[in-house]
Amino acid sequence: MKSATAATRSGSTVVLSPPSKAADGAFRILTWLMAMMVLVLVVIVGWKLFEGSKLSLQKFGWHFFVSSDWDPVSGNFGAVPFIFGTFVSSALGLFIALPLSLATAIYLTELAPPWVRQPAISLIELLAAIPSVILGLWGIFVMVPWLRDYPFAMLQKCFGFTPLFQGPIYGVSILSAAVIIAIMILPIITSISREVFRAVPESQREAALALGATQWEVTRLAVLRHSTRGIFGAAMLGLGRALGETMAVTMVIGNRPEISKSLLAPGYTLASAIANEFAEATSSIHISALFELGLALLAVTFVTNILAHVLIGAVGVPKHRT
Amino acid sequence: MNDLYYNWRKAKSSFISAACFVCAVIVITPLALVLFHLVRLGASSLDWNFLTQLPKSVGESGGGMANAIVGSLVLVGLAAGIGVPIGVLGGVYLAEFGSGKTNFVVRFAADILNGTPSIVWGIVVYALVVIPMKGASAYAGGLALGFMMIPLVIRTTEEMLALVPNGYREAALALGIPQWKMVVHIVLKTAGKGILTGVLLAASRVAGETAPLLFTTPGNHFWSHNLSEPISSLPVQIYVCAIGPYDDWHRQAWAGALVLLCIALAVNVGARLTTGRNSPHLAR
Repeated sequence: MKSATAATRSGSTVVLSPPSKAADGAFRILTWLMAMMVLVLVVIVGWKLFEGSKLSLQKFGWHFFVSSDWDPVSGNFGAVPFIFGTFVSSALGLFIALPLSLATAIYLTELAPPWVRQPAISLIELLAAIPSVILGLWGIFVMVPWLRDYPFAMLQKCFGFTPLFQGPIYGVSILSAAVIIAIMILPIITSISREVFRAVPESQREAALALGATQWEVTRLAVLRHSTRGIFGAAMLGLGRALGETMAVTMVIGNRPEISKSLLAPGYTLASAIANEFAEATSSIHISALFELGLALLAVTFVTNILAHVLIGAVGVPKHRT
Repeated sequence: MNDLYYNWRKAKSSFISAACFVCAVIVITPLALVLFHLVRLGASSLDWNFLTQLPKSVGESGGGMANAIVGSLVLVGLAAGIGVPIGVLGGVYLAEFGSGKTNFVVRFAADILNGTPSIVWGIVVYALVVIPMKGASAYAGGLALGFMMIPLVIRTTEEMLALVPNGYREAALALGIPQWKMVVHIVLKTAGKGILTGVLLAASRVAGETAPLLFTTPGNHFWSHNLSEPISSLPVQIYVCAIGPYDDWHRQAWAGALVLLCIALAVNVGARLTTGRNSPHLAR
């Protein structure tokens, strides 16, 4: 598809003018510019966040990431409570979502009758299409009151002796945030592990069956063994999503910048701190500190996403947009 | 003895199969619950007034979100105005012109943009547009959503163009058509339906985004006639009503959520039906 050859033929009755090389070149450059816009945007995002957080970077330095004092009134800012809340809620969310997603993916690729597969896959994709703010609304008014009255009360009754489930139950808590995060990352982990499982050659399954393996043994020996990397990749991608999740988490986590041992206590995340405080921040150092939270959030999601792509790319699953 | 072991293995296999089925049901349950509560709580407060009136001031009951519904459509329109040309033409470059190395870098960058949390887009566009323009505006909100659309559109376009058989291109070139006309009239036209699906899915996704709009276009209570002023949008309005202290606001939030979900799902399902194609890669 290099360049079109001119269709000029002297001697024949029809004489076509040669296709304009200039127009082709211009079109090519136009599309190149648009593709380069993507790179420019990446630079803009990084640069604007860095520029915005300069003040805070200069004033607090590394202290920002070891101090847990967040006090806009006195102008002291430390990010530890937010980093703690982000990681704990995301890790817990992943801990809930990963087994469920894997089992669902196994069901959908290995066990389900064909007429169940497509409808179930479509339903799970619809779950992914629910906007975050709507899940948050459902979280505040339906999920949190229910969690508070039944599962949380029960957890405290059974495991109240451990520090993890002590203290008053407000409903809004790190654990509520983890549940809503789990709901939000279920579809992506399911759909990617499904593709990872589908990439396992059918002959592997047939070989296991021929050796007399039961259905579960086929899945364990032929499918899961083969997909460890891909599963890690799917988990990483889910984690990247979980870390950056904003609206739904902000609505159910309680927004209190404290580090508590109890999972039933309110917390705060990087994203929800920005969502809540940015509009109300008045001092330039406060805004700058919030920009630095954004920079930290971008760095963390960047690393998890890269890790995910390396892991998923290695199993030969067709590249997906995530 | 051997029989016993065999039976145990079979029992274990059936048990795990059943457990997997239960997990699949659990995964779908939240969808059912959210839809159920939305319809139950939203439908009772959803009436003609909600769709046609402006929000009432605090304390008065009634009123609607007409301005927010229109505002959301305007914002998505602005976003498409930015995201679609850049995404489609960038996708054309990747599929038709790019070499291995450039493509790898651009794809990688698109994946990074896609993984960027939505709240980060909010503050980046705040720094990029709101500070220099000295105020929030519909343009800023549309830009933030448009930036989010670019990586989605660019990757679908590339994928759809890759499905166009090379014979079409060769046939067109053999007739002496310039390359750019070949791309626009033959390749893009062939892949048009698929690209449209991708664009609609991307639009339905950004239509539900709240975080990028919080600081770029926080909304107002009136009809917006000027795009350089903040415009209200459905997701932000739902958020504000949901965290507000009044029962009446909460009812409004449920009704707004029902409208937003109907719009998002209608576009989403409609887009999938036009091509009959599922796009797992557009799952969030």
